[in-house]
Amino acid sequence: MRDQIKRGHYSYALIISTALLAMLPLYVHVSGDDFYLDLANRLMILAIAATSLNLILGHGGMISFGHAAYLGIGAYSVGIPAYYEIHNGLFQLLVAITVSGLFALLTGAVCLRTKGVYFIMITMAFTQMAFFGIVSIEEYGGDDGLVIDTRSTFGNFFNLEDTVTLYYFVFVSLLTSLYIVKRIMNSRFGMVIAGSKSNERRMQSIGYNTYRYKLVCYVLSGCLCGYAGALLGNFTNFISPEMMDWTASGELIFMVLLGGTGTLLGPLWGAATFVLLEEWLSGITTYWHFFFGALLIIVVLFVRGGIDGLLKRIRLTK
Amino acid sequence: MDWVLIITQLLNGLQLGLLLFLLASGLTLVFGIMDFVNLAHGALYMIGAYFCATLTEFTGSFLWGLLIAVPVTAAAGALLEISIIQRLYSKDHLDHVLATFGLILCFDTAVHFLWGPEGKAIPLPTFLDGRVTILPGIEFPTFRLSIILTGLLLAFVLYFIITHTKMGMLIRAGASNRQMVSAHGIDIKSLFTVVFAVGAAMAGFAGMMISPITEASIGMGNEIIIVAFVVIIIGGIGSIKGAFLAAILVGLIDTMGRSFLDTLLKLILSAENAETAAPALSAMAIYILMAAILAVRPQGLFPPKGR
Repeated sequence: MRDQIKRGHYSYALIISTALLAMLPLYVHVSGDDFYLDLANRLMILAIAATSLNLILGHGGMISFGHAAYLGIGAYSVGIPAYYEIHNGLFQLLVAITVSGLFALLTGAVCLRTKGVYFIMITMAFTQMAFFGIVSIEEYGGDDGLVIDTRSTFGNFFNLEDTVTLYYFVFVSLLTSLYIVKRIMNSRFGMVIAGSKSNERRMQSIGYNTYRYKLVCYVLSGCLCGYAGALLGNFTNFISPEMMDWTASGELIFMVLLGGTGTLLGPLWGAATFVLLEEWLSGITTYWHFFFGALLIIVVLFVRGGIDGLLKRIRLTK
Repeated sequence: MDWVLIITQLLNGLQLGLLLFLLASGLTLVFGIMDFVNLAHGALYMIGAYFCATLTEFTGSFLWGLLIAVPVTAAAGALLEISIIQRLYSKDHLDHVLATFGLILCFDTAVHFLWGPEGKAIPLPTFLDGRVTILPGIEFPTFRLSIILTGLLLAFVLYFIITHTKMGMLIRAGASNRQMVSAHGIDIKSLFTVVFAVGAAMAGFAGMMISPITEASIGMGNEIIIVAFVVIIIGGIGSIKGAFLAAILVGLIDTMGRSFLDTLLKLILSAENAETAAPALSAMAIYILMAAILAVRPQGLFPPKGR
């Protein structure tokens, strides 16, 4: 019974939001206002990043406080080739995914030896390393960042220069990544990950090498976030080490927690709320960060299970 | 080699290490006893500096400013603990990270609102604003030397309190096993508030001592708090001894790395490569140290016994 409601809840919400997002360029075309398109682009890209974080944080119980590193790596995988006049999108995306995956493999191998707070802090430490690494390479702008003057091109088929093309590219990417994450969650692999979150020792005694499973999950999550980073670099046209700042990692955690950890669509709700709130509050007052911070505290103190949990409760009480 | 420069930089490293210790000692106690991850500890460092800047302006003297600002920061810390932090102890680490991240945003914006976007300089009295000769031919700024001396003094006082008083005994017991302490009828809730307030005062004091050199600015705590976390992770969470040794180690490695790494690298690399690699490596050095130590000892150098 509960499962059916859960499934129903997912399909309704997903269909409605998908339809709305798919129609948005049409509305923008009619009204001629690009603003909402940019907002939705940013929202969807961050939703992919939050989804990737949710894979390890929500499903695997690995609280990474350094996920912004992959956003940065992905963005620089577009920026640095573009700096050398290489605009091939397939190449850039491949670099983004490969480098992110390697970074996740190397750091994850060390991080996953630790637990709890030590894990939180060591993931952050590695991201700080990546941050300072990029800051000190002056060839690529160092502290000041790098301008991407030409977005990715995909042969003669299409390029991301046009905002609507970029929009649909991001849109399809979001749907695909949600689908992939859903498949991963429901696979045997995903069950092992979920099992090692709730009782790692038991999984080990059944005979699973949980360390390896978690490492693979960590690498997958890094690859997906690197992909999101490549999209973000294309979208903003300007990249800087700031993207890897520890506060950026904190914001990603906020999105996941606000939306509801361990749920499929939670990160999407979280990213949407984050982006819209940021837009709304910063329009009202210069001191909007105060209310944003207060909201974070309120969410932690009073909202259990995030927005996704809230939606579920509403449906269950009906 | 230039011995004057080496000794001066060693002292600078020691000074940074002691400042880090002031921050990290409060952090490691809060973390160790209450199992609470407090990212907002850096915000207390910041408001300490701002309180001191305003009080220095008001009283006309840095020393009076310092003297009044320390208890004020402690009171602010106690207020924060009672109003918000107390409700967070029962939550998990993820919630701690998120809520205290929110607190940082609140504090930064509140300071922006109250003191404006620009930093505040703190003028030093003349007797601290000079240089002293510490060894024949080696001069060192008086104020930096006084940071080292007060830092060492505070470290000693803290060590004495922790190892030789009843209060310290309770704190050590709390770091090893919280439940057992409260089962013995100790009012652990008040102990938490006191420890938090003392930690806040130490952090604030560190902020006050650095501001005459760098000036008090918004977000000044956000960089250093991460380094303070590195310190307590290396030292082992909950251990004052670990925090002290790790703070000095991190301070020295960071300072010495920034000044001498390019010279060292030139011995094995070409001059050009050394010039580009040195700044990156020296900025990363403390994080590499932390990763290496955690890879070998996942609990840090001196984990409290009985965990």
